[in-house]
Amino acid sequence: MAHSEIDSAAPAPRRSLLQTLEIDLRLLGMIGAFILVCLVFNVLTDGRFLTPRNIFNLTIQTVSVAIMATGMVFIIVTRHIDLSVGALLATCSAVMAMTQTEILPYLLGLGLGHPLTPWIAIAVGVICGALIGAFHGWLIGYLTIPAFIVTLGGLLVWRNAAWYITSGKTIGPLDDTFQKFGGINGTLGASASWVVGLLALAGALFGLWAARRNKIRHDFPVKPIWAEVVLAGVIGAAILGFVAVLNAYEVPARRLQRLFEMRGEVMPEGFTQSYGLPISVLVLIAIAIVMTLIARRTRFGRYVFATGGNPDAAELSGINTRWLTVKIFALMGVLCAISAVVASARLTNHSNDIGTLDELRVIAAAVIGGTALAGGMGTIHGAILGALIMQSLQSGMAMVGVDAPLQNIVVGAVLVLAVLIDIIYRRRTGAA
Amino acid sequence: MAGQQGEKLVEMDDICISFGGVHAVDHVSVDLHAGEVVGLLGHNGAGKSTLIKILSGAYKADSGEIRIKGAPVKIENPRDARRHKIETIYQTLALADNLDAASNLFLGRELVTPLGLVDDDAMEAETRRIMAQLNPNFRKFNAPVSALSGGQRQSVAIARAVYFDAQILIMDEPTAALGPHETQMVSELIQRLKAQGIGIFLISHDIHDVMKLCDRASVMKNGKLVGTVDVADVTDDDLLGMIILGKPPKAG
Ligand SMILES: Nc1ncnc2c1ncn2[C@@H]1O[C@H](COP(=O)(O)OP(=O)(O)O)[C@@H](O)[C@H]1O
Ligand SMILES: [Mg+2]
Repeated sequence: MAHSEIDSAAPAPRRSLLQTLEIDLRLLGMIGAFILVCLVFNVLTDGRFLTPRNIFNLTIQTVSVAIMATGMVFIIVTRHIDLSVGALLATCSAVMAMTQTEILPYLLGLGLGHPLTPWIAIAVGVICGALIGAFHGWLIGYLTIPAFIVTLGGLLVWRNAAWYITSGKTIGPLDDTFQKFGGINGTLGASASWVVGLLALAGALFGLWAARRNKIRHDFPVKPIWAEVVLAGVIGAAILGFVAVLNAYEVPARRLQRLFEMRGEVMPEGFTQSYGLPISVLVLIAIAIVMTLIARRTRFGRYVFATGGNPDAAELSGINTRWLTVKIFALMGVLCAISAVVASARLTNHSNDIGTLDELRVIAAAVIGGTALAGGMGTIHGAILGALIMQSLQSGMAMVGVDAPLQNIVVGAVLVLAVLIDIIYRRRTGAA
Repeated sequence: MAGQQGEKLVEMDDICISFGGVHAVDHVSVDLHAGEVVGLLGHNGAGKSTLIKILSGAYKADSGEIRIKGAPVKIENPRDARRHKIETIYQTLALADNLDAASNLFLGRELVTPLGLVDDDAMEAETRRIMAQLNPNFRKFNAPVSALSGGQRQSVAIARAVYFDAQILIMDEPTAALGPHETQMVSELIQRLKAQGIGIFLISHDIHDVMKLCDRASVMKNGKLVGTVDVADVTDDDLLGMIILGKPPKAG
């Protein structure tokens, strides 16, 4: 082996700007595609697409699919698939709806509006999701039934289990506190949003600094200071810009007036109130951070990627890949339950068709976001960006007035096209 | 130089395993001493890889006993084997192509921070340290191993065994995919590890290699053990005869 590394021992070629910044080209391409979609629709809608109101709506519509897409990354990375996430969301939603409108208030006699109701309901939903997911994982990992079959069966089973639980009825209205996770009914307002934005900025800067300090401590190469500054500037502008836009969306005057009247007060002249950051978006951000941490910094995450890259190698390295499969699907179940909270809270009730076709949106988001179906590759932020791109396309076309069937045709075509572009990109760059 | 230098490390006694009626390993017994290199020879499909996979925990024997330093042990999975300081370099280079060298080296035994998080920086530092000894030209620490040459990949697999203080090292055709320089490097490494008192099972196609590196050689054919000989007592042709005819050489 002594003389074989001529290629790597040769002097490094001059590094391009992107290499110096250590930015992932793929990610840049996706961000570019997203910006392009936004700009095109903005022109087509005479500027209605990029208004604070529409950006706010786009954001809260994306959350539910994006949360599930983060879990789908792990599943696809390990060369599995989950076709049951939409149905599982429905079952969790049904269970939580029944818990908070029937079981807790009447069967257990807590009454309506008990402060513990939403939290117990969420806990029950999450446990339900985890158990169902773990059961799927057990069938796949230990009984070696292909994930495609298990979750295809699950799609039918859980869609109709939800129907059974609710007798097919719409269940609502859901608990007031529970509804705060839906989006428009639970926002932070301007000042709190700024506080969160600044905290996020501080966190991001600290992260960059800590990473650099660590590299220096181990004598690893670091990028030049100016590159760090540029990166920090872009991240900072993105965070604060996002908060500013959401804060610019104000509660309509008539709605404010009604609120004041309900309290028996008179609205002061010129009073305005911003929506700011929705709680559902905070939930998504928290999940994104936790899932990224799991993917990159835990043994579990490492084993997920190792198993996806080479299942035999993982097994021979002493990784219990069966138990790993159970854990991955259980995690997916938990994320479906959290998505169910957001989705049903946004609708203010549980409806029988909640989450229908979400499995396709979630898989599409993960795949558009760069998760390779061959396994071993994928990122959490990519999947979230994928969900955002899908939702932008869908909402944009709706605003332009494209017919519903045509919308779905376009979204389907885009999915296939995105995978094709990805295949070509990987072939070019040699990343298998 | 007869084989029995150190204490008896491994005894695989009367091992059998079959896959759907095929007796891949049929009543085979081999043993290994500290500081000894035992060659495993035989045609393709003779059962060499299957035999050592039983020792490394990838397969479970249908019958037979494994003893380590005289004590019977149960090796049910690769973790058990690692606990007994058995490390394996597989014929198929069991590396996760999408991960970098450090992640592969520590796969299943990651270094963690006090918070229990994977400590990539520490692992990279350790990998750089061990690679500086084994393969000083190795540079691609931050690339997935799919970007490495056959020799570089092999050095990652070897580094894994060396780093974790293997006492029993299994090498399944370690030079099959390598060029002459890299093969030479592996030969030197085998001699170095042997001098440190490590016992090595070396599976090889190359009789010449076996004659040069091994103390003893066990020959297999159709799942059965043909015989075990001291390499010093036989010629290349004797070994070839054992492999082809499946008969031990005539005494004398
Ligand atoms: N997992 C398996 N399933 C079925 N047959 C196997 C399996 N592993 C090995 N075999 C069979 O066992 C025999 C021995 O194979 P192997 O140990 O790989 O031979 P060698 O390494 O000596 O070339 C072959 O006939 C092979 O087909
Ligand atoms: Mg073999």
